Amino acid sequence: MTKTEFPPSIISRPVYGQLAPRPGAFHLFVADGEGAEAVVELFDKADPSLKSRAHILYTAGPNGTDQWDKIAALGANQAQKAASIPTLLFRLARVLQDTPMDAQIYLTGTEGLMGQAERDVMALGFPHVDIQKEHRGSTVRRVQCVHCKGITENVRMDPFQCSHCGLHLFVRDHYSRRLAAFQGVNIDAEDKGQIPPAVERFK
Amino acid sequence: MSLDFKYGFDDFFRDETFVDDFTYRNSPQNIRRFPFPFDRDDYMYSVNMEPHVPGRKGSVFEKTFDVDEHYLSEMRDRARVLAADPLRCQSLPHMTLAGWDLLELIMETKAREYPQWFSLTKDGNRWHWINRPLGIDQKFTFLDESTLPYGPMEYITRQTQGDFTLQDEREGTLWVDAGMVTTQADWSLDFNIGMNFHEWHAPVPLAHEKGIFDRALKFLLKLQHGSPVRRYNWTMTVNPLLDTAPETYPEWGHMRTALTQENMGNMMHLRVELQTLYRLPRSNAILFDIRAYLGKFEELVQVPKWGRRLHRVVRDIHPDLATYKGFIRNRDAMALWLSKYDDGAPTSPGWWPED
Ligand code: HEM
Repeated sequence: MTKTEFPPSIISRPVYGQLAPRPGAFHLFVADGEGAEAVVELFDKADPSLKSRAHILYTAGPNGTDQWDKIAALGANQAQKAASIPTLLFRLARVLQDTPMDAQIYLTGTEGLMGQAERDVMALGFPHVDIQKEHRGSTVRRVQCVHCKGITENVRMDPFQCSHCGLHLFVRDHYSRRLAAFQGVNIDAEDKGQIPPAVERFK
Repeated sequence: MSLDFKYGFDDFFRDETFVDDFTYRNSPQNIRRFPFPFDRDDYMYSVNMEPHVPGRKGSVFEKTFDVDEHYLSEMRDRARVLAADPLRCQSLPHMTLAGWDLLELIMETKAREYPQWFSLTKDGNRWHWINRPLGIDQKFTFLDESTLPYGPMEYITRQTQGDFTLQDEREGTLWVDAGMVTTQADWSLDFNIGMNFHEWHAPVPLAHEKGIFDRALKFLLKLQHGSPVRRYNWTMTVNPLLDTAPETYPEWGHMRTALTQENMGNMMHLRVELQTLYRLPRSNAILFDIRAYLGKFEELVQVPKWGRRLHRVVRDIHPDLATYKGFIRNRDAMALWLSKYDDGAPTSPGWWPED
């Protein structure tokens, strides 16, 4: 079971487990923020030879947590720090070109990072049984406005204002793996201007 | 190439609107054939599926794809919605063959069932399609996309009432990987495309816990080519809006606040979805056809049995269902209005108007 406790939810919402080392000729890690700790714990559990067949892509978390030092100290065959999730995804696209189809893929950290990395990995046809995910750190959400289709990253408050069209949106648990995003829907479409106070639902 | 309609409005095909001045209504004959979805005085979700075989003459079940008096106006409304938002019609790359399956099914069936309106002649893969009500005369090569102005799914569903989705079968489930969705009850194709059966049904209350989706999926995976099935779903829509998409919710949501006892009969519509499911022969995909029928409260209560029954269903519905279907805020006002048409007399089983 996941270490992060999420409130009960509908079933399109992703669920996460705990990373466990599995046999494989190549091990690809994608992590942000506190995800570094999950990578460290996995290296502790794994056969020491995993190190020489591991490639780690890392970026700081949306809450500012930067544990690059821990990643760098692991001694993996390859490890890079990206400036942001979008730049990490560019690197990932390049790395995936050389990744064998039977590689083990480990995603850990925030939902936004894991969702986008999983989307890109699956688009290339990697079997999802070889992809593991463990949530760590911030629970902020990546939300698509169903009206203007714009994505707002790192949503903490519910309702919040769409960073593109400016509508006030409530955050649903309905989740699209293709978009790697939750759905935001206008909260005052019926009663115009009646916007309840925002609550910090995601930290 | 383009698909220009020459609308043949006449004594049968009504010229009416589903936006702005909302001139949509049902003729007296059409009220009698309305697919009233309640076969008893209460409602709860169930795995309500039966073979889609020809039903009573004159009913919406008589033909495979019902063409009714709203046909031309519905197609005009679809073209309007697509012009404003092309994302309402999408097909992932592997679904083109299923689109051809769909085009073939509709063209062959309509030409057979409505020869006065549609004709299909074939010379090998060279096909000739005529749609007289929309003024279309198209020669094309079957399975060659370059010979049609749109992909096969979009081409034929711009000419067919109802929303359509195409499901690919993989990994023991169904994936909604293509669709033409412009008359939906508040769900987004653009958001849902690529989801599996349980994911896209995730927001539905109570039904998962009752095992309804597990059983429905099991049933569907066994669906055979040539043996389609059908079921009903329903909701409530204020004003005759065919397009109640989440995308445009800021434009139509506020209409829900405008109801009064005076305008209820004209503004509130029972929205019935006649859903049919087909296994397609080449692609092995499953076609889901969601045909929406709108009936004004004042039209439906002209059938005494329906007036009594609709009152009881609305009055007693589980609040989670009324919330999900978007009418909880108006439920009491709707029940009050309908109560005038319920004298407490017993109703006969089944949904037909007279028996
Ligand atoms: C395979 C084709 C099908 C597709 C593409 C489909 C799609 C959908 C969608 C998009 C929704 C709305 C979910 C939301 O709120 O976002 C829905 C609702 C629902 N579906 Fe399906 N569905 C299919 C088949 C079935 C079948 C076979 C059943 C049989 C039990 C079923 C039962 C339901 C029920 C009970 C609801 C809630 C409806 C309401 O209360 O208005 N669906 N479906």
